[in-house]
Order: sequence, then structure tokens, then C-alpha cells
Amino acid sequence: MADLVQVRGLSVTACDDAGATAAIVKDVSFSVAKGEVLALIGESGSGKTTIALALMGYVRSGCRIAGGEVVVDGVDLAQLPEDRRLALRGCKIAYIAQSAAAAFNPSKTIMDQVVEPALIHRLMGRADAEAKAVELFQALGLPAPERIGRRYPHQVSGGQLQRLMAAMALITDPALVILDEPTTALDVTTQIEVLRVFKKVVRERGATAVYVSHDLAVVAQMADQIVVLNRGEVREAGRTDQILHAPADPYTQTLMAAARPAPRVQAAPAPAAAAPLLEIRGLSAGYGRRDAAGRPASLVLADIDLRIERGATLGVIGESGSGKSTLARVVAGLLAPAAGEVLFDGQPLPPGLAGRSAEQFRRIQIVFQNADTALNPAHRVSRILGRPLELYHGLKGAARERRIAELLDLIRLPAALAGRRAGELSGGQKQRINLARALAADPDLILCDEVTSALDTVVAAAILDLLAELRRELGVSFMFISHDISTVRSICDDVAVLYAGRLVEAGARAAFAAPPFHPYTHLLVSSVPEMRRGWLEAAAVAQPPPRVGPLAEGAALCSFLARCPVRIDGLCNVQPPTRRIGAGHEDLCHRSTEDLRRLQQAAGRSAAP
Amino acid sequence: MSATLVLILRRLGSAAVTLLLVSMVVFAISSLLPGDAASETLGQSATPEAVAALRAQLGLNEPAHLRYLHWLAGLVTGDPGRSMANNLPVREIIAGRLPKSLLLAGLTAAVAVPVALAIGIFSAMYRGSRLDRALNVMTLSMVAAPEFLVATVAVLVFAVKLRWLPSLTLAPEHPTLGELLRAYALPVMTLCFVIIAQMARMTRAAVIDQLTQPYVEMAALKGVRPARVALIHALPNAIGPIVNAVALSLSYLLGGAIIVETIFNYPGIASLMVDAVTSRDMPLLQACAMIFCTAYLLLVLVADVCAILANPRLRHP
Repeated sequence: MADLVQVRGLSVTACDDAGATAAIVKDVSFSVAKGEVLALIGESGSGKTTIALALMGYVRSGCRIAGGEVVVDGVDLAQLPEDRRLALRGCKIAYIAQSAAAAFNPSKTIMDQVVEPALIHRLMGRADAEAKAVELFQALGLPAPERIGRRYPHQVSGGQLQRLMAAMALITDPALVILDEPTTALDVTTQIEVLRVFKKVVRERGATAVYVSHDLAVVAQMADQIVVLNRGEVREAGRTDQILHAPADPYTQTLMAAARPAPRVQAAPAPAAAAPLLEIRGLSAGYGRRDAAGRPASLVLADIDLRIERGATLGVIGESGSGKSTLARVVAGLLAPAAGEVLFDGQPLPPGLAGRSAEQFRRIQIVFQNADTALNPAHRVSRILGRPLELYHGLKGAARERRIAELLDLIRLPAALAGRRAGELSGGQKQRINLARALAADPDLILCDEVTSALDTVVAAAILDLLAELRRELGVSFMFISHDISTVRSICDDVAVLYAGRLVEAGARAAFAAPPFHPYTHLLVSSVPEMRRGWLEAAAVAQPPPRVGPLAEGAALCSFLARCPVRIDGLCNVQPPTRRIGAGHEDLCHRSTEDLRRLQQAAGRSAAP
Repeated sequence: MSATLVLILRRLGSAAVTLLLVSMVVFAISSLLPGDAASETLGQSATPEAVAALRAQLGLNEPAHLRYLHWLAGLVTGDPGRSMANNLPVREIIAGRLPKSLLLAGLTAAVAVPVALAIGIFSAMYRGSRLDRALNVMTLSMVAAPEFLVATVAVLVFAVKLRWLPSLTLAPEHPTLGELLRAYALPVMTLCFVIIAQMARMTRAAVIDQLTQPYVEMAALKGVRPARVALIHALPNAIGPIVNAVALSLSYLLGGAIIVETIFNYPGIASLMVDAVTSRDMPLLQACAMIFCTAYLLLVLVADVCAILANPRLRHP
């Protein structure tokens, strides 16, 4: 038997404060051959992380391994005394956690933390360990490998931290590496780079890996075998190709369907009768102290022009830090713009909250990303929904109760839920209540800030369906902010792409179906993993941008210049980009439409199977 | 580093402003106390003429803001005036008492802080266990027992019954370390009872807060032993709240030691202030109040600076 890992009949139970036990992993068995990658896939609550941790003989507090064997390299970790488990952890079995930003100790240097496993397991001296760490930093494609170790975690980017954590795991040359959603917290453009180096490094070092993820498309790139989990049980296990192309279990089929967003927009909205519902002109905004000219210390949005027609949905995409959320905050009045104006229904909106009327508040509602923090967990659903009803519509007593029941029906939740506290609801239910709270005001425009990002694929797909239905039934307009271009393409009529606070491309959804794209949009589109094996290898490797001369001083150069793979010396680095206006489609680039189409179609062909 | 320096300087500046405001409040409140030094000194049988003459002599007829400015200038130059009760310079009176109070406070801190940190870290590491619960009950009952009870029982047991320790704290002129410890054992023990619990509980909460962070789980998954996890990984991140709790507890040791000073007949500064109140000795009272406030501000300032320096985001922007 060449199996490095054998899990047989593993059960893990959780015990709450009252002493009641619940099984969170039930009778799970699988094995991983040496040098293979096995993926554990499932939604939150499926027990995938619990199983991954059990592979290290570790359970979170309040849980215990109730039965079964976890054999790694001939040793059953379930039976091993704690001090022998400690000797294996970080030495023979290494772990790469989901959020590197949280998993690094903020008060110690990166080098101290990366070499720590090698030192505490007495595998090598400090100097050797540091030399090995630098070698790993190099292999993982980190910038300035000799010096990056002296920095603190808050001084490097999220994608770099994730790779540094891989170095921390690999420094002891472990036989088994456990990767727990290692790219979930990253932008797509960063994810593809990190996936690529992870795959390369794991292969090169001949390590066996267990990859935990909720994302089938990512798993398709990494795994040889897939185990599909649901509520702590194995639903289906098999080779990657079989699971992807011939899923046998209905649950796997649901997962697959949810991972491929289907277009949810039936018809384009009725042609705009009069003024658009929302029009943004020349908007700039930022944070910090303002200088004499009214420019904030850190400018987040610059020169944004956008419009949302009545009943239409505008998707705003961009990676983290692109200014998406700031845009929503300006429209909602939470942040006063530094320049430009926001017109709502033809009327200029007062910049801050103070100047706005109750009616303006009512007509623009915002739904935040994280329903866990947006809803007070101690409040009952009836109170959460009743408050805006009373505030905006003066509803009381039976009328209010009736309206609450209607709202719950609208978001497809049973009316009985009105008496429950927000803290008792599931993630998807909370996000629906969050949405209903906005709907209670009877708004004309709802700003949705990453409303599906914190949710599982299946739950997120249901929320997107709900949004599409609400649009049809109520004719509400949405500004839908997301980092996920496939979600945006499936629900929005118009799409706007932000990069570093500037609008680089905007147009109707149809324009985002095929090239030409703005070079940044193209990078976004081509970074979304596809659900087939070999995509990662074939996907166009981000070309190092061609050399350009010194940048012109003072000119408003293209914001994407530093990363653009198709930039042109003598043009992009000296002149502001031109805005081309086609039929409902505009972008900011020096390259001509034909040029971009040709380049991007060529890239697409080389990536096709 | 310069940003940190600016932050610390700004913090120092705000401490100075706070101290100025405190001086105004102290002055205002002490002028609200009924009676004044003139009528107090001369007693009830004094004629109004005599009281008025003394008031003029003491400068009590000047307008309040002038008296405040005189007093403030005196404070800054190190001369807070003369005591009205016995006509000695306030500075001399305080110079005889303050070092004694500082010695008692220092000895108490030297015992209480390490014990409290150890209790806090231990109970955080073994949170929910029997040890944690036992330590919890112990610290809670320590803080719940009133000082006079602790002091009296301690005197009864150690001084009266066992005759190990003196019941009065009379520090000899040039004591050896052994004599010093023997003399101070009972008051230090009593004061420790009061302040350990607060510090230990705050330390426990701060360390537990860090122990539930993902980086601690990550450290455990690297094979780091629990003691190293708590001391090397969690503790440095908990320094901010811990030094603040320590500062608040220690600030009690100067002004709050009145009961201990009274029971052990110890000539400290807290009893001096109480005497000043009963004799309407305003200059002395004001000077004592300013000392307490300055000590408090100083401790909080040190705690804040420690917290700033312990934050890697501020140290390495």
C-alpha cells in the first residue's frame, strides 16, 4: 500500500456548554496515495475543516474525535498521546490556513514565524532555517526574498502572506500538506498566481496534499481525487474527472449547478422614459484630511461617470481596494464626495447624511456584505423589519405585522421566522432578512455591497435568484457591487469595471461576453477558474508588462499602466488614455478595439483545451 | 519611528493639558469646602474682626482667579505654599511623607504585579479547568473582603497569635533588607489583596482574547507547545490592555492606602490628606490632591506609551 493517509470511520462530535453532543463528522473514510492531492469539498458546516484538522490529530475546543482511525504514514493520530502529536504537527504534517492575514502573529516578524516550525522541532539551526526560508521565498515567487522576512505581517499584501504561509508550512519538508481554502480570501487575479506556485511547489517537493475548498473550479485545477462532503458525511468520492463530468450524487450535481452561474436576466428593462434614476458625474471621493483644493489625503475614487436607468441593475466590479464600496458609501450619503455630483431622479443629492430628506433616505437603501455584523443578533426579525416600516411608512400594530409577513413572503422565508432572533438564523436566512430590511423602505434603488461574497455557492445562487425575482416583481433598481465577474454578468444589465479608483470600462452586459475587453477586464475574465482540468496550466500566464520609458509627470496616466500586459512605450506612459465610446460601451485604453480583440482572441485560443 | 514619536509627544501634551484642568478643578472644589482656615485656626470663640484680620493676612480676600494663579505658579516652581494648620512649608511636610508612601507602593507593586500576571496567564491557559475556577474564586474573594477586615485578621493571626510580624509598621532609619521585609509584610499583603484580583482578571481576559485568535491555532498546528504559545505568541499582543490594568491598579496605591495607613499607623500621604481635610488646611490638601492626580496621569501615560510601543503597526508603519 502506497497510501500515505488513511482515514477510516472518522467521527468527531461537538459538545456545547449544556453538555449536549452533536456529531459534526460522521463515519468518514478516504485515503490518499503518496504524492497525490485529495480535495475535500463542501459548504460551510460540511465538516471539511474539522476533518482537515483531525488529520493533524487536532480538534477545536469543545470537540473530540469520537471514533475511527486517522493513519498518517503508519501512525494513528487519533490514538496518539498529545505530546507525540505535537511532535508531528508542523513537522511531518503542515497546515496552510484560509486567512493568512489572521494566521500570522501581528507582533512577530515574518522570518521568526516562518522558521519557527524548523526550530521548535529541532530540525536545523537558525542560520540554516533562514537560508532555507529565503530559498522557499524565491521558489514561491516572492519579491525581495532576502529582505521580506524582516517585515511584519501588516507590511505585505494578502497574496504575499498566503505564499509566506506556504513557506512556513514547507520549511520542514512535510510529508503531508493540508491546504484549508488557501485562496478563498484572495482576489481572482491574485488567486491564479498563488494557485500556480502552490501547485508547482507541492509537486516539486513530492508532498502529498489535502486541499479543502468550497470552490469546485479551483479544486478541478489542484486535485487528483475529490471527496464531496455534506453535513459531516461523504456524499461522493472519486477521481476528479469522474466527479466533474459524471457526478452521481444529487448533492454534487447541485453544487455543480450553483458553481456555473446561469444568466438570470430575462429581458432588458423598458427603455428609459426620462432621466435615469441615478446619475454620477465626475465623482471623486476619498478619506483623510482635505487640502486647500478639497482633495482628500487618500483619493479612492477619481472622475467616475455612471448612470443607472429605472428598473435596471448596474454591476460594479473590481478587486479589493478598487473603490467599489466607497462608491456605494458616497451614493448612500455615508461619505461626502470631494468633487462631482450625484443626481437621483434628476435632482442633485446632498453630499452627506445631514442634508438628505427622509424621503431620499427611504428611496436609497444599502445592503451590507456581512449580514452577521449588519443585523443586531439580539433583535428579533419582527423588530429589524418593523423599525423601517414605522420610520418611513408610519405603520403600527396589525398593519405592520401584515407588512412584515408580506416581506418575509417576498424573500421566501416562512412568516413564523418573525419571532426569531437574528443570531439564531443561518447565513443565507440572515442575508435574506438583511435584504428584506432594505425592501421594507420601499426603495427605488438598492445598493448591494458584495451581498453574496460571504455565502456558500449554493446559498449565494439562491440569493441571486431572489434578487432577479425581486427586480421582476418590484421594478427596483440595483447597484450590485462584487469582485466576481461571473456573478455580475449573470444578474446585471450594465457592468462597470473599476481599477484603482478609476472607471476603466463600462457598458451593457452583452459587451462583456466576448472580446474586446479593456486589458484589465480581460485579466479579470481570464482569471476566473474554469471547471475543467488543465485550465490552470493553459490559462494565459500573466505576461510581465513590456518595458516602457519613464512616466510623464503630471499627466493623468492610465491607472492600469503598471500591470498592463499590452502597454505601449511612448504612448501609455506619456499620454492620458483616450475614452472610446461605442454603442453603449466605453473604455479607457490607448489600444484600438480591433487591436484588443485580436490580442485577446489569440490568448483565448491558446488557453482553450 | 517618527510617527510613533509624534504620537507619544501628542500624548504627553494632552497629559499636560489634563493636569492643568485638574489643577483648576482641585482649586475650585477646595474653595467650595465649608469654613476656611482663618475661622478654623481661631476656633469658635474668635471675634469676627480677628477672623477678618487673619483672612487678610493669609490672602484669602483676594479674588479667586488671582489666588489660583499664585498657587499654580507656586506649584510649578516647587513651592505649594505654607500649611495653614502649623505654618510649616507644605513642601517639607510632603517631603517627610511621600517617600514612605512610594516605598510602600513600590514594595506592593513588586509583589503584586508578578503574582497577578502569573495568575492571569495561568488561568487563561487553563481556562475552564478546575485550576482556573479555583483561581477565579480566590481572586474574587480577595477583592470582596474589605481591607480593614483583611488587615485586622492579618494582625490578629500574624502579630497577636503567632507573633511573627509587628502589628505597627515602623520603618527603622537604615533597615537591612530583612528588617524592611518584616516591617512591611502585613501592609503589603493587605494592599496586594486589593489590587491583585483586578490585574489578574484583566490579564486573563486579555490573554484569552488573544488565545482565541486564528494565529494561536496556527501556532498550535505548527507544533508549538501551549506554554510557548501563551508566552511567546499571545502575551506580546496582550500587552496593551495588561499595562493599562496594571496602571489603574497601581494608581490606587498612593491615595487609596488610607485604611492600611491608619490600621498600621503608617505615616503615608493618604492619611496626610485626610488630616488636611479635617483641619481645612487648603494648601496641603491641594498639594496632596495634585500629587495623586499627577501620579495617576503618569501611570496612565506610561501605560499608553507601552501600548503604543507594543503595537507593531505603529512601530513599523
